[in-house]
Amino acid sequence: MAENTNKLIGQNYTTPDIVAKVTGKAKYAEDYRVDGMLWTKLMLSPMPHARVKNIDVSAALAMPGVKAIITADDLPEAQGGGTLGEGVQASNQGEKILTKEPAYEGEPILAVAAVDELTAAEAIEKIVVEYEPLPFVVDPIEGLRPGSPNARLQGNTWFARQAAPPPAGAAAGGAAAGAAGTAPGAAAPPPGAAVAGAATPQQGAAAGASNAPQGGTRGAGPAAAGSAPAAGAAAGARAGGPPAGAPPRPEIQELKWEQADFDEAAKTGHMPTGKPAPGSEWTFGNPEEGFKQADLILEETFVSQSTGHQPLETRSAMAYWQNGKLFLYGSTQSTVQTIGSVARWVGIKPTELVLVSEYTGGGFGSKIPGAISMAIPALLSKKAQAPVMMRISREEEHYIGRARSGIHSRVKVGFRKDGKITAIDLYAVGDNGPYEAQGDYRSVGNTVSLCYQPAHMRFRGITVLTNTPPRTSQRAPGGMQGNGLMEPVMAKAARKLGIDEVEIHKINAPHGKAPFGPAVARGRQAYVTSCFIPEALDKGRELFNWDEKKARSGKRVGTKVRGCGVAVSAYSGGSTGFDGLFVIKPDGRVQFQSGIGNHGTHSVIDVHRVAAEMIGADWSLCDVVWGDTSKNLPWTSISAGSQTTHAMTRAAHAAATDAIAKLQEIAAKMKGGNPAAYKVGGGKVSGPGGSITLAQAAQKAIELGGKYDGHELPTDINGLTKASAAKLAGMGLMGVAKDNYPRDGQTQSYAVGFAEVEVDVETGKYSIVDFTLIADVGIVVNPRSLQGQAFGGAMLGIGHAISQKWVYDQHYGVPLAKRFHYNRPPTILDKPVEMKFAALNIPDPETPVGARGIGEPPVGAGYGAVMNALAAAVGDEVFRRTPVTPDVILMALEHGGQRQHEALTAHI
Amino acid sequence: MAVIRDMMPVFELFQPASIDEALNLLDAHRGDVWVLGGGMDSFDWLKDRTKRVSTVVDLSQVGELRGIKEANGGLEIGATTTLTEVVHHPVVREKFRILAEAAEMVASPQIRNQATLGGNVSQDTRCWYYRSGWSCYRAGGNICYADTPTAINREHAILQQDRCVAVSPSDTAPALIALDAEFVIRSTGGERVVKAEEYFLGPQIDITHMTVLRPGELLTAIRIPATWANAQFYWEKVRDRNVWDFPLVNVASAMKLSGTTISDVRIAVGAVAARPLRLTAVEAATKGKPRTEETASAAGELAIQGATPLRYNAYKIPLMRNLVKRAIRGNAQATT
Repeated sequence: MAENTNKLIGQNYTTPDIVAKVTGKAKYAEDYRVDGMLWTKLMLSPMPHARVKNIDVSAALAMPGVKAIITADDLPEAQGGGTLGEGVQASNQGEKILTKEPAYEGEPILAVAAVDELTAAEAIEKIVVEYEPLPFVVDPIEGLRPGSPNARLQGNTWFARQAAPPPAGAAAGGAAAGAAGTAPGAAAPPPGAAVAGAATPQQGAAAGASNAPQGGTRGAGPAAAGSAPAAGAAAGARAGGPPAGAPPRPEIQELKWEQADFDEAAKTGHMPTGKPAPGSEWTFGNPEEGFKQADLILEETFVSQSTGHQPLETRSAMAYWQNGKLFLYGSTQSTVQTIGSVARWVGIKPTELVLVSEYTGGGFGSKIPGAISMAIPALLSKKAQAPVMMRISREEEHYIGRARSGIHSRVKVGFRKDGKITAIDLYAVGDNGPYEAQGDYRSVGNTVSLCYQPAHMRFRGITVLTNTPPRTSQRAPGGMQGNGLMEPVMAKAARKLGIDEVEIHKINAPHGKAPFGPAVARGRQAYVTSCFIPEALDKGRELFNWDEKKARSGKRVGTKVRGCGVAVSAYSGGSTGFDGLFVIKPDGRVQFQSGIGNHGTHSVIDVHRVAAEMIGADWSLCDVVWGDTSKNLPWTSISAGSQTTHAMTRAAHAAATDAIAKLQEIAAKMKGGNPAAYKVGGGKVSGPGGSITLAQAAQKAIELGGKYDGHELPTDINGLTKASAAKLAGMGLMGVAKDNYPRDGQTQSYAVGFAEVEVDVETGKYSIVDFTLIADVGIVVNPRSLQGQAFGGAMLGIGHAISQKWVYDQHYGVPLAKRFHYNRPPTILDKPVEMKFAALNIPDPETPVGARGIGEPPVGAGYGAVMNALAAAVGDEVFRRTPVTPDVILMALEHGGQRQHEALTAHI
Repeated sequence: MAVIRDMMPVFELFQPASIDEALNLLDAHRGDVWVLGGGMDSFDWLKDRTKRVSTVVDLSQVGELRGIKEANGGLEIGATTTLTEVVHHPVVREKFRILAEAAEMVASPQIRNQATLGGNVSQDTRCWYYRSGWSCYRAGGNICYADTPTAINREHAILQQDRCVAVSPSDTAPALIALDAEFVIRSTGGERVVKAEEYFLGPQIDITHMTVLRPGELLTAIRIPATWANAQFYWEKVRDRNVWDFPLVNVASAMKLSGTTISDVRIAVGAVAARPLRLTAVEAATKGKPRTEETASAAGELAIQGATPLRYNAYKIPLMRNLVKRAIRGNAQATT
């Protein structure tokens, strides 16, 4: 790591929000109180799929203290449109705020506002709802069986409405559909298509996005970046139809596999593979030819589980209306990017909303543009004409709090004797939940293509609707599952071929402007901005002490046996095209406007240190404004998809560059000479005529007006930034600009994980004794926070490897594990005994600051490394699904190391 | 009536200051009263509204129910003594180490600060069907949802299944059985004392109750005799996570050696049946044998005689076998 001569970038510091957090003074959504505030409780569906025939609220409304009740009938026109006859909107088959056709146990049916929560709960017990049970399915593979029930009345998967399904077996047709952006999961604005995952290059590439910088489209369409109905300010969606020129909306249809597909699989014990969803198939190169070149072909089925995001802060929200505006106190990952989604859910203009979210207790992808449930207190408050607080319980969070798509997958991988992969044939089936099309299964294909660089690859997939809680992107959506599928295969191949496990990863690692995914233009694949995984593997080998650990791997001592493993991962690492905005004030202080959410990553503050560094401002004189959309915030990326550090350091760089030019011009005006001769630094602007302080420059900027103090603004900045900047005009020297920096390639970040486990062969119980993570995320902006993100992300992946799960009884279609101690997310005592971290700190060449995102890549690295360590300890055939709990290991060891667990059943 | 969870309902709360006051309240409200210890089991039932009562008797103010006294070379532990107090008590640690070890593996530090020893042995099963409020045998219905072709029963019983296949979740119960503890039960009618292993009931005896406690009765204390003080102890609990998890299987043994020969032994296993099982056959077969790998292996095989797996819990059979083996062998290191 080169010596860091920066004062701020790459230096640890104490973020300005921390004292409030550790002293309990920080106000989360649930901590707000206003006069006359009512409380609400939700009535949830007791059935996995049903039609509400009748609701009788009379007894509840007659209770003293009950103020208002809302049902699906009270939803704004924004949710309207023609129906398909089942209460499902023709123009919108996605999730509703409240529903009369619940599609999973726990879906909100209605909400009661009362003087306190107890009264609201008692009122709910008095409400009589008549349900007509409907067919249901909670297992994606079961949902593909011929004649099986569909999770929705319209079908079991998402189809592009206007694109004809490709001819059977015509890969090119599928690819074409993808290229047109019509496939589910494509970055299209309609609610049905918009999923957070769509914002990722993984999915962008799969959907046929060009290799051009994605920022333009993303900046223009906040909707696409959001999760769930997000859709942001998409006015067209509110009008009930797609905007002119928009890609057609996907819709739900039925696609069942053939009985023969299942029969074939039953013989081999593999996951059946049938017809993929239209547009969910691509081929690069010639896989058949690739497999001919292989000396070793491994074929495996792997199942990763669905898991709740379960942020410690549930999605509580409080709302009231004042002077025609909605004031909403909620929990969101992305401050600015939540305006459009809430406005759409509630049916108001974005300018009619004030959103306050100063502190968010975690999101992990589940609160990217807030949460659709935020609309409940908003609409209830309108009806009750009083403020309404909605506190979401842990069990409610299990239902409405979003979840990762579990992936059933099957892969065939060809290896040459020297370890090089010749071809990959991959099939991924996503557990979609009942609503918006999820792109995890597509990301599996792109992640595998990128991380293991096959010259020939075929990807096929489908996302299957199930009557289980709604999914959305969860930290490394699809990426984690892709690494989870491939890593045990890599480790097994290394052992079969007698190649070191680190080496086989290096042999197949992406490097530099590595290509990945399907052909997107002129037969070429998309490619990344930069990648240094081989360097990360070398660094990790040393820091983890791989060679020594490998020497004792698999050797039994008493009842204990250790094993060590390594895994690589990649995930989207940044977007472009957003705006930076700050003001240097006459008192010498600098005020940065931050539209980033404060959900624990520190990027809400960190990125502004780039601008402070560039203008030579003393950090103790810098203030960051965040967490309140009435506080003049600029157009900002979502705080998700590992985008923020990349996107918003670029925006900060642009704004600082703008301010520096203004400072130089002002200095030249005040002191004479050529602006270019003046240098900015140390709180001054200095040059041939002497120097002025930043405070003096700010005073002068106000006198000069025009562009200097924000009275004239750049024409290319977003309208939201313009409105905010206009309100700050005249306060000082304004730095304001859009990130127009070029970028060649798609920004991805990378991590490499190393793990050592110790397994007790008499019980199957194990512990992770050592773990090392190496990050290839460009320049380090905040070292301490980066390490926190690295370990936190790795733990999320490790939790999937060791314990976390959902449990469903397929006969009744309902969950059995609804609370933490049943779902078993990892605890502090499950973390690796030792954890080490290093960042390569090699700048990304395609962004001016050199920084990429960290959030997601550690997840797959943690997940894969622990699995590979387990396989090294107890054998390659012990497990093919996660979590790998003690029973899985013990039962395999009782049977000669052959796995005994069920191959395919979901949610066990 | 529509269902709502996680919301404490209204009830009348009594906080008696003595055992007699508490017993009088239990009599006065018989049939519609809930006894509240640390609340770690109770709050789930009450907040989820799956069990409803109009009266709750909170024992937290009954001083005479709390604390650990030395008696006749052994100990008498008040029923509302917290698990943290049990864990840190010097005599428990010195003479009856398996109880401290077992108590320290219950749940999490925060829960142990609140949870009581009486509550830990008297808690209801954690079967997720039953806890979801389904009307199963244990809830007074006529089906076991955990024993159907699609049931997820990884954590359920392999022994003494009788319609219900739920298991005892207690960690301290096997340790108390191994220590030959006695449970003191009082009612307005007087006091009775039962052996630890007789405190717990299987479904063949009573399918809706986990213990012999009857309406109007209170578990007031647990007595640990001097008999097994400083014996050779073995405690192990296997769970998915390293904290805040119920046992997949747990085991406790107390052993006396004469040279290398096992002169006396008590051993109990938890989470394999609706009640913690004292393994008397293993005890009988092991007594007089040398403490060797061979004896231990035979004990393990004997322990699982008659065990029957459900769809997802076959692993409990080798797990129980190996834990019994280890409990007899005396340490975690295999000699092979």
